Amino acid sequence: MAHMVSKRPSNSIMGNSALAAAMSRRTALWQLGLAGLSLAAAPAFAEDMIKLPLPSDPRERPLTHDFPQKGTMILQRTRPPLLETPFDVFDRGVFTPNDQFFVRWHWAVIPTSVEINTFKLTVRGHVNQALSLSIDDLLKLPQVELAAVNQCSGNSRGFYEPRVPGAQWANGAMGNALWTGVRLKDVLDRAGVKAGAVQVRLNGLDDPVVPDGPDFKKSLDIEHARDGEVMIAYAMNREQLPLLNGFPLRLIVPGWYSTYWVKMLSDIEVLDKADDNFWMAVAYTIPDTPHASVTPGQTGVKLVPINKMVPRSFFTNVADGTTLPVGSAPLRGIAFGGDSGVAKVELSIDSGKSWQATALGKDHGKYSFRQWQANVLLGAKGSHSFMVRCTNQAGDVQPGTPNWNGSGFMRNVIETVQVTAS
Amino acid sequence: MHRSIIAFTCLAAALLFATPGWVQEKITLKSTSVDLPDPGALFPGPGADAVNSNCLACHSTEMVLTQPAFPKATWEAEVQKMIKVYKAPVDEKDVGAIVDYLVRTKGKS
Ligand code: HEC
Repeated sequence: MAHMVSKRPSNSIMGNSALAAAMSRRTALWQLGLAGLSLAAAPAFAEDMIKLPLPSDPRERPLTHDFPQKGTMILQRTRPPLLETPFDVFDRGVFTPNDQFFVRWHWAVIPTSVEINTFKLTVRGHVNQALSLSIDDLLKLPQVELAAVNQCSGNSRGFYEPRVPGAQWANGAMGNALWTGVRLKDVLDRAGVKAGAVQVRLNGLDDPVVPDGPDFKKSLDIEHARDGEVMIAYAMNREQLPLLNGFPLRLIVPGWYSTYWVKMLSDIEVLDKADDNFWMAVAYTIPDTPHASVTPGQTGVKLVPINKMVPRSFFTNVADGTTLPVGSAPLRGIAFGGDSGVAKVELSIDSGKSWQATALGKDHGKYSFRQWQANVLLGAKGSHSFMVRCTNQAGDVQPGTPNWNGSGFMRNVIETVQVTAS
Repeated sequence: MHRSIIAFTCLAAALLFATPGWVQEKITLKSTSVDLPDPGALFPGPGADAVNSNCLACHSTEMVLTQPAFPKATWEAEVQKMIKVYKAPVDEKDVGAIVDYLVRTKGKS
């Protein structure tokens, strides 16, 4: 019999607790796919490979330290880089360190050198006065700061069944940072948006490898661009951005998927008609259905550009296949509400039959990761199904069954881990 | 809406840092130059010539090698997508050999 006791989180949520130390070895074993073996028996590749808990092969990925300004990352693709955050990083605090923040580029022509004194951000199109702003110009505008989750539309795509083509991410194509910069609204106001403006198109310094390939550009509706929340960030966790995360400037679209968070932002174009470029009209579209879900093979569904994120929650100190001693087990993890704050995070230790509230950690604002914590009592040996679900402040709750679409977008099914008490 | 963006001073003082002096500290940016690792690798195994000469211009081998097994129709559609959407300069006479390799190494019925 397992029974659960909720407990207030300790003050040391973001620091190293004894618990973290106790759990990290198990997590590491799981991450390496070696649960049940001792570290000494680990084969030689264990140093450099990680086994992702995907439903089918290939599951192994190299762990890499080869990317500039980056620590240990899961190598999904070398060129252009796709680097995933190892999941144990999320147990260390609600802010994801810059050097382990995930990396995702579409085209391989990425400038490897950016000169701060000559860099310019242009603002043009349907405006009264086109601008060419230096970094210094931007630093003189009112400075704002916001904690926000940046999550790839296709985060967790590797878990889709049936599987779908695309980057085969596990759950680590997301991160949370404190972003410092200026409001997009303030920059647009300087240029003076003309009446009749419809959208704002953002472009970065990256370019297609072939001249006729579609350049990566994204657009936001003019009201959204001017809502006072969308930012141009020049710092991430109070440091300049790593080049691969978009140095020197990155668009921040709180509550929306990462596809809109244009990296190395260099051009802002105000449009007087809706953007029909490939990356808005074709790529990054979702079925206009609940949870963007369709049945495999279903046709004739209306597609719309992907937009707001949906709530998610994860265990960070236990993984599928973890063994815990009988007795009290502290469980914890992270949650985020998507485009509204976390209202509650609930835990089930009986395969979803009953749910109990967990204690939430410090609130860093509605767009941030929030830590949750609870203590469960594992009364008897045996296997237990632990589940965690987040409800956001708009009342949206994670679904019990996975969504499916051909692009592998917007997964937010309730996470389950199988834990053995021994 | 505006409430969730908090001016730098309030947030720094109230929530994150106990040191009030911090808010005076300005963020400065330094010019940056990096080297990206060389992708290098070629597709392994027999019959890889067609993928090696047509599928490495825009992305390294992992784009394909990390994919799970897919039916032949999915691989045919992927190759056509590369050509039509991303403008991959694929030699028409290589398409058969490309699909063969993908189905042989990553195929399922
Ligand atoms: C002209 C550039 C180019 C060439 C050449 C190219 N691709 Fe791609 N490919 C892309 C781009 C761009 C993407 C999307 C990348 C991303 O999302 O990061 C992509 C993505 C993919 C994906 C992931 C699934 C998807 O549809 O996004 C697969 C698989 C793939 N390519 C296979 C191939 C194969 C096989 C070849 C050789 C026939 C090839 N590519 C040649 C540009 C190219």
